Amino acid sequence: MAEATAVEARAHAEHEHHGPKGILKYVWSTDHKIIGMQYMFTGMFMAVIGGFMAYVFRMQLAFPGLSVPGFGVVSPGEYNALITNHGSIMIFWVAMPVLIAAFGNFTIPLMIGADDMVFPRINRLSYQVFFLSVLVLLTSLFVKGGGFGGAWTSYPPLSANSQYNLTRVGASMWLVAVMLEFVAFLLGGINFITTLMNSRAPGMKAYDIPMTPWMIVLASIMFMLSVGPLVAGAIMLLFDQVLGTGFYDPARGGDPILWQHLFWFFGHPEVYVVLFPAMGITIDVIATFARKKLFGYKTILYTAVATSVLSFFVWAHHQFIAGIDPRMANIFTITTLLISVPIAEMIFVVIATLYGGSITLKTPMLWALAFVGEFMIGGVTGIFLGASGADIYLHDTYFVLAHFHYTFFPIAIIGTFAAFTYWFPKMFGKMLNETLGKIHFWGTVIPFNFIFIPLFILGLGGQHRRIYNFQNFPELSVPWMVHLRIIATVSLIVMLAFQLVFFVNVVWSLRKGPKAPKNPWNGNTLEWTTESPPPHGNWPADQLPVVYRGPYEYGHPDREEDYWPQNLPA
Amino acid sequence: MKPIATTRSATGIPTGRLAIWWVLASEIVIFGGLLGAYVMHRIGHPEWANAAAHTHTMIGATNTFILLTSSFTAVLGHQAAERGDGRKAGTFLVFTIIGAFLFLTLKSFEWASEIREGFTIQANGFWSFYYTAAGLHAAHVLVGAIVMMFVARDAFRNRELQRVEYVGIYWHFVDVIWIFLFPLLYIAK
Repeated sequence: MAEATAVEARAHAEHEHHGPKGILKYVWSTDHKIIGMQYMFTGMFMAVIGGFMAYVFRMQLAFPGLSVPGFGVVSPGEYNALITNHGSIMIFWVAMPVLIAAFGNFTIPLMIGADDMVFPRINRLSYQVFFLSVLVLLTSLFVKGGGFGGAWTSYPPLSANSQYNLTRVGASMWLVAVMLEFVAFLLGGINFITTLMNSRAPGMKAYDIPMTPWMIVLASIMFMLSVGPLVAGAIMLLFDQVLGTGFYDPARGGDPILWQHLFWFFGHPEVYVVLFPAMGITIDVIATFARKKLFGYKTILYTAVATSVLSFFVWAHHQFIAGIDPRMANIFTITTLLISVPIAEMIFVVIATLYGGSITLKTPMLWALAFVGEFMIGGVTGIFLGASGADIYLHDTYFVLAHFHYTFFPIAIIGTFAAFTYWFPKMFGKMLNETLGKIHFWGTVIPFNFIFIPLFILGLGGQHRRIYNFQNFPELSVPWMVHLRIIATVSLIVMLAFQLVFFVNVVWSLRKGPKAPKNPWNGNTLEWTTESPPPHGNWPADQLPVVYRGPYEYGHPDREEDYWPQNLPA
Repeated sequence: MKPIATTRSATGIPTGRLAIWWVLASEIVIFGGLLGAYVMHRIGHPEWANAAAHTHTMIGATNTFILLTSSFTAVLGHQAAERGDGRKAGTFLVFTIIGAFLFLTLKSFEWASEIREGFTIQANGFWSFYYTAAGLHAAHVLVGAIVMMFVARDAFRNRELQRVEYVGIYWHFVDVIWIFLFPLLYIAK
């Protein structure tokens, strides 16, 4: 053991003095924390773009035909490009890079007590491919014909045939960008999975791993196993666009429904791919701020595995009106309703953890609690859509749109803020301002509900999605509908304005905020045992932590302190 | 220098071998999706058999033989690497690389003759799948050959000998994909 430590220490010393200096240190680094931050800042930049797009098309929907401040009059083609790229950006370039890549990179080695990922250079390559995909996507918005406007689901024949979508270059560039993004996440995912499997601190058994790394790795496995058919499908779609094949053209022996199968075989597990990291983060935050042992660690893990398996058998619930066999619809209704059981179980476990806890409502805790509450609204409305009978009426209305925003917004925005405020002291070595944090929290969560509850009502009232100008539809332009659309748009603007508070908070805290101690929240997990921010290699090479217990030993009766770090010998 | 994380092995499986199996897991679903789509279409279009009758089964069979032989030399390379004989491992990998390029050369001739006969990728659904599936496989052959060059170079210097095994696992996978492609594209008439 001593000899092994000496070898490790030597290996480490050489590792530390390796690599470029200066600004290149940040661009060309193989350190998992730097790569995590590259992913995070790129994701935040994309979130600003995606948010701006939402602002422009929401203005067009509330005040059709008027010039939008900061953009101008929205043409039909621009409207299509805006909604398509808003969806694509928010899922592929915000939710995925921030929740999985940024927090996965930052937390996995720190929380399992390793000095880095197992393949640091592949990790760097993953970000570089991802960055390339960002460049391709952003360029596609400015090519001849404009950005792709065939919706983020990219259904053929609209996406396959430039006679229909009128964006020959934009459509192919969008597809290439998405494929590059998949490659980046496959590279990153293999790294995450292998790191968690092989590089845990001595003594850390499977049930001693905190939930955040577990969930990010389960999500990576799900992503890896579901994205393959879509990669194949995307190659076929690209050939249809560029080489003139007819994979999705029924006139030439193809089948447009094939794309829907390949897309949703990935697209539905993808929901859980982004949900899992947010769920893991929420669980870690809630256990820390409730000062109570997580209720049912294994239950969460098993339900997560059950969700992963089931998520591969629900995809056709997106296609109930695409002409699939009603008997198939029956089967997919049953699997879809079944998958709500393990998810509900997770929520119950979180609530049971809160029960009898000693709760402090710090900003990260507020975000985590909001995630649970808001995600439940998204989950419950999903049951309406999973039942094929109800879905026939609700399909392609704003009810669907509001439903998936009630799942994705809690995941990608609320969950991200929970993680960001929770680990900010560890990432940057400074404490965030609590007051500004709480203003930002309420200024985000309240307007969020005022955006999407009106959209639920509008959807039930029959308002269809993907309509450029509601004035062309007199039955959708009655006063109450117009008013609800304006309420949603104004709420969006309020919510976007409150994000300024967040940026002010971050900048102010980085410059003037109090210095963060090693363990500001009295957490048990390993990342709190090193400096804030951790040095390259995370711990001194001869002091890498050893694990003696699970991550959630809060409020143990035999101890004076209410927490029991994983690395303290018994 | 590698981080400590890379040298740890909580599962008892070397990190590189673990990673390569996950790479293959992600590849299987890519080819699985493509071949699944092909099989469904093929069942729905019995007339595609007419197009399939024009594929050169003999060339396909020869390529199968070449690929299987190259996998055999990859195994011999692995054996040599296990014994710590880097020179021999590198030499066997060179044979595998030669096999890969023989395969690609033969495939180029085959495709050129088919395209001359008018069977392009746009000709019909069968040819679209034929070129897409075999092309994706050929890309994997090419990537494998290039990676093997680096592994062989290191092996000759007796460095990173464990990589001979990893690249061999990948090569067997490329082989297995072809074992599925050959009957589906050539033999099923």
